[in-house]
Amino acid sequence: MKLTTFLTSAAVALGLATGVAADGHEKTKVGFVYVGPIGDGGWTYEHNKGRLMVEEQLGDAVETVYVENVAEGPDSERVMTQMALDGADLIFTTSFGYMDATINIAKKFPDVKFEHATGYKRADNVSTYSARFYEGRAIQGHIAGKMTKSNIVGYIASYPIPEVIRGINAAYIHAAKVNPDVEFKIIWAYTWFDPAKEADAARALIEQGADVVLQHTDSTAPQAAAQEAGDVVTFGQASDMAQYAPFPRVSSIIDEWGPYYVARTKAVMDGTWESTDTWDGIGAGMVGIGEISDAVPADVKEEALAMKAAIADGSYHPFTGPIKKQDGSDWLAEGEVADDATLAGMNFYVEGLTGEIPQ
Amino acid sequence: MIRLEKRPQSSRAFAYLTPLFAVLATFFFGGLLFAALGKDPIQSILTIFWEPLFGEFAFFYRPQLLIKGAPLVLIAIGLSLGFKAGIWNIGAEGQYIMGAFFGAGLGLAFYPAESRLIFPGMVLAGALGGWIWAMIPAVLKVRFGTNEILVSLMLVYVAEQFLASMSLGLLKNPEGFGFPGSRNLQQYDSAHNAELITGTGMHWGVVAAFIAVIFAYVLLSRHRLGFAVRVTGEAPRAARFAGVNPSRLVLFCLGTSGVLAGLAGLFEVSGPAGQVSIDFNVGYGFTAIIVAFLGRLHPIGIVMAGLLMALTYIGGDIAQSQLGLPAAAIQVFQGMLLFFLLALDLFTNYRLRIGRAETA
Repeated sequence: MKLTTFLTSAAVALGLATGVAADGHEKTKVGFVYVGPIGDGGWTYEHNKGRLMVEEQLGDAVETVYVENVAEGPDSERVMTQMALDGADLIFTTSFGYMDATINIAKKFPDVKFEHATGYKRADNVSTYSARFYEGRAIQGHIAGKMTKSNIVGYIASYPIPEVIRGINAAYIHAAKVNPDVEFKIIWAYTWFDPAKEADAARALIEQGADVVLQHTDSTAPQAAAQEAGDVVTFGQASDMAQYAPFPRVSSIIDEWGPYYVARTKAVMDGTWESTDTWDGIGAGMVGIGEISDAVPADVKEEALAMKAAIADGSYHPFTGPIKKQDGSDWLAEGEVADDATLAGMNFYVEGLTGEIPQ
Repeated sequence: MIRLEKRPQSSRAFAYLTPLFAVLATFFFGGLLFAALGKDPIQSILTIFWEPLFGEFAFFYRPQLLIKGAPLVLIAIGLSLGFKAGIWNIGAEGQYIMGAFFGAGLGLAFYPAESRLIFPGMVLAGALGGWIWAMIPAVLKVRFGTNEILVSLMLVYVAEQFLASMSLGLLKNPEGFGFPGSRNLQQYDSAHNAELITGTGMHWGVVAAFIAVIFAYVLLSRHRLGFAVRVTGEAPRAARFAGVNPSRLVLFCLGTSGVLAGLAGLFEVSGPAGQVSIDFNVGYGFTAIIVAFLGRLHPIGIVMAGLLMALTYIGGDIAQSQLGLPAAAIQVFQGMLLFFLLALDLFTNYRLRIGRAETA
C-alpha cells in the first residue's frame, strides 16, 4: 500500500521512528489505548494503574500518553496511528476488539512495537499478553463451595467466549470438590460493564436462592445488590472492590498489569524487545488475589491461601484430571493437566454444570 | 428587568447565525472548562480544531474526517426529512446495526467466492436491513398509533442484543478460536468496501453520503414530496387540506431514514470497521441526531455539521493523548455545542427586552 510507505517515510523523515530511544537521551514514549474510561473501577482502571506504575518506576526515562473510551474499528486505528505519528515507541492496545486494528497499524509502522491484550494475532512488532484469571477463579470456587448454605452459587457471565467459560469451569470444579451438592446458576449479561444490567442479574440470582454470587463483569453493582440482600457473598472482579469488604466482598481477582508493562517498556529501552505471547498467572504476579476477609472462616481462608501458593509455585494446576466434559465424555485422565491450546479455545462445560453455552 | 418578547416574525438572520454563535460560545465556555482542568485553553482548542486540519500530520487526519463524517452525514440526512415533518426516528442506531448485519451477512454467506456482484448485493441487503427495522415503528404508528420515538428507540436495544448474538453465533469467524466477531471483510476482496483512491479516505460510504445530500436537497426544494414534508412540519392542518396523506408520509420518512442508516452501517462494516462484532456500533445513529439539528435540518448544513462533529472527535482524541485531557471533558465540550445551539435557537423566535415589563 502506498499509504504505508508514505506514513513510514513521514515518520522516519521527522525523526520519530524508534532508535532514538536506545541512545538514552530521548524519552521512551509509551502509548495506551483504553476501551473504557479510566474511572470505570475495573478493566481500564487496572490498565491505567499499570501505566502509572511505568511512570513511577521508570521516571524521567519515559513519557506515557493514553486515550480512553476508544471504540473498536476505525477509531482505534486512528488513535494508534496518531500515537505512532506523535513518536510513540511502544503502544499497548488493551482490548480484545483492537486485534485487527493493531495488526493493520503495526504493518504501517514497522519500527513501533505493539502489545495487544487478550488477542491471538501476532507479528514481528506485535506481542500479545493475557492473564490466567482462571487460577483466581479456582480459589473463588473453593471459597464459594465452602461458604454457600443454599448450595446455589450464582454466576454473572459476560459473553460466552473461552475466557469466561474457563472461569466458570475453574470455579465449578473447585466448588464441587469441597461441596458435591453445589449447583451453579449462570446468567449471561452480554456486557462487560453495565451497572443496571449487572444489578438486575445479581438480584435475579439472589431471588433464585443463590447466596454466593460470582461475577465476570466489571462494575460494583452486583456487590451493592448483594449488600442490599444482606447475607450474600461476593468477590471483587478486575479490581479489588475493597469498599465492599469485609462483607459481602470476601476476596477478589485483581488484574495486575503493572509489572508486565514495566518489563516490556524496559525491553524497548534496552533494545531487547521481541514479539512474544505471554500468558501469566498468580505466580508471575499478573493475577492478584485480594485480601480474604474475616467473613471467611479461618480454616477455609487457610485452604484458599494454600491453593494460591500451590498454583503460584506451579505444583498445582486448576485443570488437573480426572475431569469429564458436560456430556460425560472424558477430557482429562487422572493426574493429566490441561494444555494451553485447549484452555485458550475452551468452548465446553465440565461435567456437573447444567444448562448450555449460548451459541 | 430582562424578559423575552416573541418576534413578530422569526429572524432568518438568527437562524443562520445561531450555529456560529453556538460554536463561539462553546469555544469560550469549553476554554474555561479546560482552564479549570489546568490545561492551556487556547492550546486545547487549537489542538482540537487546528491540529487535524492544518497540523503536522494533517495528511493523515483530513481523510479521517471523511471516514468519521460520512456515516454521520448519511444518517443525519435521512433523519432530517422526518424531523422536518415532525416524525421522530430516534432509532437510527438500530437501523445502522441491522443494515450492517444484513449486508455483511450476505457477503459472508458467499465467502470465499469472488464475484463483482457480491458488493452491490450487500449494498442492497444493507439498505433492506435498515428499511425493515425502520418499518416496524412506521407500521405500528400508522396502524395502531404507537409512538415512533419509543418504538424506534427500544428497537436499538433489540438490535444490539441481536448483534451480540450474531457475533457469538451465526456470523462468528470459524477460524477465530471461539472468540466473538465475524471474519474480517477487509480480507475478502469481493466484499471489501476499500478506499477508492488510496490515502484519501474516500470510500463508497462517502460517495453515498454526497449522493444523499444532493438527493435530499433536490427533494426538499423542487419535489412535491419535499413540499409535503415541509408543510406537514410547519402546519399539519394545512397539510391535510393540501392533500398530504400523513400515513404515507410516515412510511416514507421512516423508510428513507432507515435505508440511509442501513447503508451507513453496511459501508462501515465492509470498510473501515471490517467485521461484525459485539461492539460494532459506536453511537453514530445517536450522534447523527445532533448533526441533523446542528445542520438546521438543511442538507448543506448537515454536511458542515457532520464534518464539525467528526473534527471534534478526531481533535478530541488528539487532545487526550497530547495534552492529557480526560475523555469526559471532550464529551462535555461536544455536549456544550448542542446545548448552546438549542439555547440560542430561542432567539430565532424571541428577542431580549431589557427594561420594565409593561402590563397590558
